[in-house]
Amino acid sequence: MTQKIKRPLLAFEKPLVELYEKLEKLQEMSDSGKFDMTEEIKHMEKRIEAVRQQLYTSLNPSQVVQVARFIQRPTALDYFGLMFDDFVELHGDRNFGDDPAMVTGIATLDGRSVIVMGQQKGHSTKENLARNFGTAHPEGYRKALRLMRLAERYNKPIISLVDTPGAYPGIGAEERGQAEAIAKNLREMAELTVPFISVITGEGGSGGALGIGMGNKVLMLEFAIYSVISPEGCASILFRDAKRANEAAVAMKITAKDMLELGIIDEIVKEPLGAAHQDPKLAAKYLKSAIIKNLNPLLSLTARELIADRYNKYRKMGIFNE
Amino acid sequence: MASTLSIHDWFNRKQEQKSAYSRERLDIPGNVWVKCFKCGQAIYAKDLEENSKVCPKCQYHFKLTSAERIRQLADKESFKEIDPNLTSKNFLNFTDSKSYTARIEDSILKSGLKDAIKTGLAKINGYDVALGIMDFSFMGGSMGSVVGEKIARLIETAIEHKYPVIIFSTSGGARMQESIMSLMQMAKTSAVLGRLRETGLPYISVLTDPTTGGVSASFAMLGDVNIAEPNALICFAGPRVIEQTIRQKLPAGFQRSEYLLEHGMLDIVVDRNLMKETLTKLLKFFKN
Repeated sequence: MTQKIKRPLLAFEKPLVELYEKLEKLQEMSDSGKFDMTEEIKHMEKRIEAVRQQLYTSLNPSQVVQVARFIQRPTALDYFGLMFDDFVELHGDRNFGDDPAMVTGIATLDGRSVIVMGQQKGHSTKENLARNFGTAHPEGYRKALRLMRLAERYNKPIISLVDTPGAYPGIGAEERGQAEAIAKNLREMAELTVPFISVITGEGGSGGALGIGMGNKVLMLEFAIYSVISPEGCASILFRDAKRANEAAVAMKITAKDMLELGIIDEIVKEPLGAAHQDPKLAAKYLKSAIIKNLNPLLSLTARELIADRYNKYRKMGIFNE
Repeated sequence: MASTLSIHDWFNRKQEQKSAYSRERLDIPGNVWVKCFKCGQAIYAKDLEENSKVCPKCQYHFKLTSAERIRQLADKESFKEIDPNLTSKNFLNFTDSKSYTARIEDSILKSGLKDAIKTGLAKINGYDVALGIMDFSFMGGSMGSVVGEKIARLIETAIEHKYPVIIFSTSGGARMQESIMSLMQMAKTSAVLGRLRETGLPYISVLTDPTTGGVSASFAMLGDVNIAEPNALICFAGPRVIEQTIRQKLPAGFQRSEYLLEHGMLDIVVDRNLMKETLTKLLKFFKN
């Protein structure tokens, strides 16, 4: 049977288009039953793989931005389903409402109970509208904090998946204290008595990302980005032209490799060939084993040691002259 | 997106206020009269100084430098600066229309400051405090590694001496030229404040015009008591960015001190002339 071919959809994947067309033709011929094209098809598939490999090993920062934001990129709920057993979503901040841009819940990771959370984007415009494009309101951050407290009370590790363009900029968000909600999370995350792993899975957008991202260990997917402002925002302010976002993406150093070099993250998690959306299952498998590997050493630490570990990690961040 | 907003807005505001701001600056030493930025009232420069740079007619609070603020608050000659020599470094080799190195050098020359905050130990009406005062005249009070580090050290010094902490904020947000490292200063300052809290020492945050983005979303909003000067812009995302996002007119007074007070985000809005007195009452409360 002809497999449904995943067409290249990102602008820089153009070199693949022609190859895919050829592959489709070969398959049509093969399906017609007149010729045996098995060898040719295999050859073409290999070639596509090689070209894809080559493309993805040399992405520039603005291409990485496209991958990180790609609508097909696995979301928090995708990963929860693929990595954990018995995920149950728990809702609401017990104060104002339930923020659909932030999902939280309980789950089992490799036989161990964990509390999980993450910003949730959609795979379609409709889903994205319902999820506010993964931009959380104060009640989202407060819901996350409520779940962190639950984790402490029952001594469960916390895993957060970060994927957001930023916290939501709106009237209600400001009135209900977006700044306070994020600030409080930062302080409280530093003091958590349980092991805490954060993963930047897609877009690590500024304070809205950091608001659930202060783990003992911070991991980052190979094609995720992490930055204090979007490349477009940076370009429009500092370069006086939003169209110069590509330059800003380079100047700001936003890739996983940059984050590792600057000591912001602890490990880069490999993605499948052609990025996580090409094979979400495999992406989740890689991520799961990275989380388990990083969580294990933390499990033997006392509450005091965990707090000290986190304090030391963030206390030393900063580069200046003295 | 988050800090985009406030910094973006701060930038626009800065452009808007530039003329007024330079008018304040230019007129004071040379001419005897200063025009109020808000109500247009001509004020005798000496009267303005004596009124803590608050317009006597409309109560508009002119911006203060950190040195002016220290003069108004700290008991005479009590302020002992700590870490005066930390300076910013262009560790990413960041260049936009100008290199970050050149921006730092220019700001040092123009403001006479090393970076956007002064920290030290001081006395306020006899009460010992660890005092941090941000200064908008250094790159819009933006927070990079130096601001974060100086705040962290200030709080650690306070813990060592068992002093309460008071920080006056004014900031356009995170310093983009330091990219991700500026974001991490939010984590750092908040973590150190967590430790202060554990020791049971009080922290009073005073938000002045403007306090936005990464600074409001970290140490500025974490006071045991949050105070603001009247009519200060205090926000996470700036008004213009919100307007662009939601395409709606914003309510009157939105994101100003009084609006935040009404929405439960501040403890008290205090006129600058009553600031020292109010801080003294709080310090007394915490001490007794």
